[in-house]
Amino acid sequence: MSDLHANSVAFVRTETIPESPPPGVASGPIKWMRENLFATPANTLLTLVAIYMIYLILAPTMPWILNGVWNANSLSECREILNGKSGACFAVLSERWPQLLFGFKYPAEYYWRPTLAFVLLFAAVAPVLFFDLPRKLLVMTALYPFIAFWLIWGGTILVPILALVGCGVGYAVYQRFVASNFAAGFFGGIAAAFIVWSLGGAMIPEGASEAAMLQPVPSRDLGGFMLNMMLGVTCVSLSIPIGIALALGRQSSMPIIKWICVVFIEFIRGVPLITLLFVASVMLSYFFPPDSSVDLFLRVVIMITMFSAAYIAEVIRGGLAALPKGQYEAADSLGLDYAQAMRLIILPQALKISIPGIVNVAVGLFKDTTLVSVISMFDLVGMIRGPILASTEWNGVYWELLGFAALLFFVVCYGISQYSQWLERRLATDHR
Amino acid sequence: MTTMTDPPKASFRLSMLVYDTRYRSLTFQALAAVALALSFLYLGSNLINNLRAAGLNISYSFLGAPAGYDINQTLIEYDSQSSNARAAVVGLINTLIVAFLACITATVFGVIAGVLRLSNNWLVSKLMALYVEIFRNIPVLIWIIIIFTIMTAVMPAPRAFRGDEPEASMLFDAIAFTNRGVYIPAPVWGPGSMMVVATFIASIIGIFAYRRYATNLLYATGRLLPTTWPTIALLIVPSVLMFFIMGQPIGLDTPALKGFNFQGGIKVGGPLIALWFALSIYTGAFIAENVRAGIQAVSKGQTEAAAALGLRPRRVMNLVVLPQALRVIIPPLISQYLNITKNSSLAIAVGYADITATLGGITLNQTGRAIECVLLLMLFYLTISLCISAFMNVYNNAIKLKER
Amino acid sequence: MKKSVIFGALTVAGLAAGAAAAGTLDDVKARGKLNCGVTTGLVGFAAPDANGNWDGFDVGVCRAVAAAVLGDPTAVEFVPTTGKTRFTALASGEIDMLARNTTWTFSRDVDLKFTFVGVNYYDGQGFMVPSELGVSSAKELDGATVCIQTGTTTELNLADFFRANNISYEPVPIETNAEAQQQYLAGACDVYTTDASGLAATRATFENPGEHVLLPEIISKEPLGPLVRHGDNEWGDVVRWSLNALVTAEELGVTSANIAELSAGTNNPEVNRLLGTEGSLGEMLGLSADWAKNAIMAGGNYGELFEKNIGENTPIGLARGLNAQWTDGGLIYSPPFR
Repeated sequence: MSDLHANSVAFVRTETIPESPPPGVASGPIKWMRENLFATPANTLLTLVAIYMIYLILAPTMPWILNGVWNANSLSECREILNGKSGACFAVLSERWPQLLFGFKYPAEYYWRPTLAFVLLFAAVAPVLFFDLPRKLLVMTALYPFIAFWLIWGGTILVPILALVGCGVGYAVYQRFVASNFAAGFFGGIAAAFIVWSLGGAMIPEGASEAAMLQPVPSRDLGGFMLNMMLGVTCVSLSIPIGIALALGRQSSMPIIKWICVVFIEFIRGVPLITLLFVASVMLSYFFPPDSSVDLFLRVVIMITMFSAAYIAEVIRGGLAALPKGQYEAADSLGLDYAQAMRLIILPQALKISIPGIVNVAVGLFKDTTLVSVISMFDLVGMIRGPILASTEWNGVYWELLGFAALLFFVVCYGISQYSQWLERRLATDHR
Repeated sequence: MTTMTDPPKASFRLSMLVYDTRYRSLTFQALAAVALALSFLYLGSNLINNLRAAGLNISYSFLGAPAGYDINQTLIEYDSQSSNARAAVVGLINTLIVAFLACITATVFGVIAGVLRLSNNWLVSKLMALYVEIFRNIPVLIWIIIIFTIMTAVMPAPRAFRGDEPEASMLFDAIAFTNRGVYIPAPVWGPGSMMVVATFIASIIGIFAYRRYATNLLYATGRLLPTTWPTIALLIVPSVLMFFIMGQPIGLDTPALKGFNFQGGIKVGGPLIALWFALSIYTGAFIAENVRAGIQAVSKGQTEAAAALGLRPRRVMNLVVLPQALRVIIPPLISQYLNITKNSSLAIAVGYADITATLGGITLNQTGRAIECVLLLMLFYLTISLCISAFMNVYNNAIKLKER
Repeated sequence: MKKSVIFGALTVAGLAAGAAAAGTLDDVKARGKLNCGVTTGLVGFAAPDANGNWDGFDVGVCRAVAAAVLGDPTAVEFVPTTGKTRFTALASGEIDMLARNTTWTFSRDVDLKFTFVGVNYYDGQGFMVPSELGVSSAKELDGATVCIQTGTTTELNLADFFRANNISYEPVPIETNAEAQQQYLAGACDVYTTDASGLAATRATFENPGEHVLLPEIISKEPLGPLVRHGDNEWGDVVRWSLNALVTAEELGVTSANIAELSAGTNNPEVNRLLGTEGSLGEMLGLSADWAKNAIMAGGNYGELFEKNIGENTPIGLARGLNAQWTDGGLIYSPPFR
């Protein structure tokens, strides 16, 4: 048959044709552009509009940035160097760099201290953020607050050591009793820590701060981006335990406790942060005992912590609600009491679900730390709006400074939100 | 807990308050209540002691006293002799105005950006992603200051409009963009203008009636009536006809440069515009993310099913995807509206006379009544927030999927 | 875990603060530092320089008090306060004295319970306009947009002035001096109003100060001076007489240059009493005998402070005017030291 067939037609291809590349319009960048940029007339129009907008934005800003002057001592000097050209005066950044980062009063010779604390921060948060790292690194996390406190504020090392010892004793007591009764362990631990602190506090000699290895720096002298970082880190880490407690309280079956938590959370969430900061700056000092004076930094930390605790509580409540009911029932059927069920079964799962939400709150809170500039604290924005723009040399350098502040916040917040997305993807695979 | 036989009824012993789960919660609550009461007592006594030591008292009588200062944007009658309470109300109204305007525009920005971010157009979707990331990751206070600075530094001052060859000129000879605000013509209502307004309202009612008729016809017979062109025609034609029939009763009071400022017309103040725009573009980025998440939450099967039914892409979006996505979008949208209201308190950074600037700012400074002013301020915001969330919850319940 | 460090710090801080005694003078001596409230930055009166050192006329008063009490003019903690926070900061004891352009008014004295210990600068609210506007009197400002720095008596004076003259204006309240400046320079307001001294200080930082004029009208009385809390008269006396010592020193010709020589003893008994070589004025105040000498050495006498910070040879360029000694026809007058 095949022979016959072969004879009956004039030509039979005996080998396959080599693959030829697709036509130019259906491959490569042209195809990509056709599909992604010029698919329909409406799409083409959108693309053209978008390109025009990009041009509108870049045309004036690019030369401005590229012509930037980095070395000058004042705006007028900058203008002389530019000689009428359009250009930025980034010299303000290089000249006021330490002020933007550390505020204008932090002693210059001690800049290494907050810098070191900042570097250590990464070591401290890494084991919390990345589960794959060895768990032993958590020791660093536990020690970090004391080290950072000592580095930034200075003074006698006895204070952070005492605080650490108190925590250690409290934790030991907690470990000792928690097996039999959570409440006994919890409150016993707190009581033990307080006993150690008050005993130790009496033992610290009066003039210890003067003879310290690190010169003490009053918290009024903190400023710049350092202040934003400190407020953000402190308040978020303080507000997580409080937020958990509030969320559990709101879920509780005990009406009075539930009622207290609901009122607190709704009240805090109903008012703007700025009014809470007004409370910190003009009202809170009336609520402390007459003889004590709690400095503004601590008052602001208290109010921001309350603020973020309320928001974190709502995130965690969402996590608690998202857990299947079976988990609660399973814990009950194992005969675990409330504290055990929460500690061993419910919270580990609920917190895992809530981590992305908590990170979002943390980013929001970090951005909101700029509001302290309204109550005359010199954070990054406060430094810009106050001493730098008011100075004779840099009166009128808005864009460079505001752009720098925006860039700094963008880098940090974008980094955190990228981490949150990475975590979300990872947790999603865990649940599959 | 379930046992076959009832446990023997034990008489109540004091130790049961700690060991019996039935009573333990009572103990805890009592402890919590006592702790709360004690801490309030402690704070209260500190407050009283401190105030006594400083010789101060808590009194709200300052609210009735003349405020003594002027406000640049007042919707109700107000002058420097009005009371502090009235200044607070002026501020409250200003807060509500900027919050309301920003909610609307933020929704518009957010929906546009959210939908465009899902567009097939690579450039556009990347641009929108850039917009969302840039605005979400930079503090709103910085945005407010930047936009206010753009307003004042880039827009021309009124004196630039002066002279024979002014550096700036008015748009259509009617609208002036200055760094003090935008001046737009104000309508002047002549005799007979009521007829035009009535016609306009009637045509809006007509549009709704026509659209409902078109929908009913579609469901009943499957015939599709055009809606876009009739809507536009109905909106414009009758009112314009009536306007000319009545002999052009509505005039325009165009702003003109007199003395230091433009006079006449309506002035939308620079601080209002800066705050309004900053809040809307900032919150719009958040809403865009909500909208995108909402649209992506609608399962692909829905879109495909709609396409299989032969619906065109726009109808798929309008009739199938958006109604379902809305249920996901509305709850976070409510909290964004609340955020706008709360963030509007940053008005003090741009000198907009909202309630934080009047009651919590000048009144506080002038009277020195810090505690009273801050408490009142928080009360106002709390009330606004609770009202918004109550209203929005009602709406949310109304559109919620009725599951059976 | 991090919760506890704050508690620890609180406990320690509480113990340290527990030693606080009743009187502010004893507090300051025990602390070894004077907490002095100043503005957040007004060149000439109180502003931090590039190295974070505070400098200015009000700062000089703070340093003089610190020198009188502690013998060290640098033992001052400067607390920047805004118009909003200053009174609470003082009332709650966060600061010991407030030396920030604060106007002495009836209600602040009586209702807010503060004691103004004197006047270190007689000021009044003025107006600054760009000279190209061609305005020569504040009464020509009908319809103008006016930038005001909030948190002072400025808003009230302004409202009263325009009301009394029956002309209209549009207020733009601005929180900080730097932002008000920006608004004014960009032409978003026609007029900038605040205390005349503040206007001069602000104009000094402009690129072209000559293009702006101060209008002749001074629409208010603004006696600025340091203040302390009601009810602590010993402390009030210390601050009052430290200020008076500066004034008297100028009147008697005691300057930072000749003070070392004069304090060896002179023929003028009043100089001797002031410098502590005669009498026991310091002891009466609860201070050392050379308290006034220390106060004057801190930054010079009143006149020297004025010339160095805001006088005619500085960019701010204020004339003495009302703030000249009474012997020169001004209002600066100190009760006698005896």
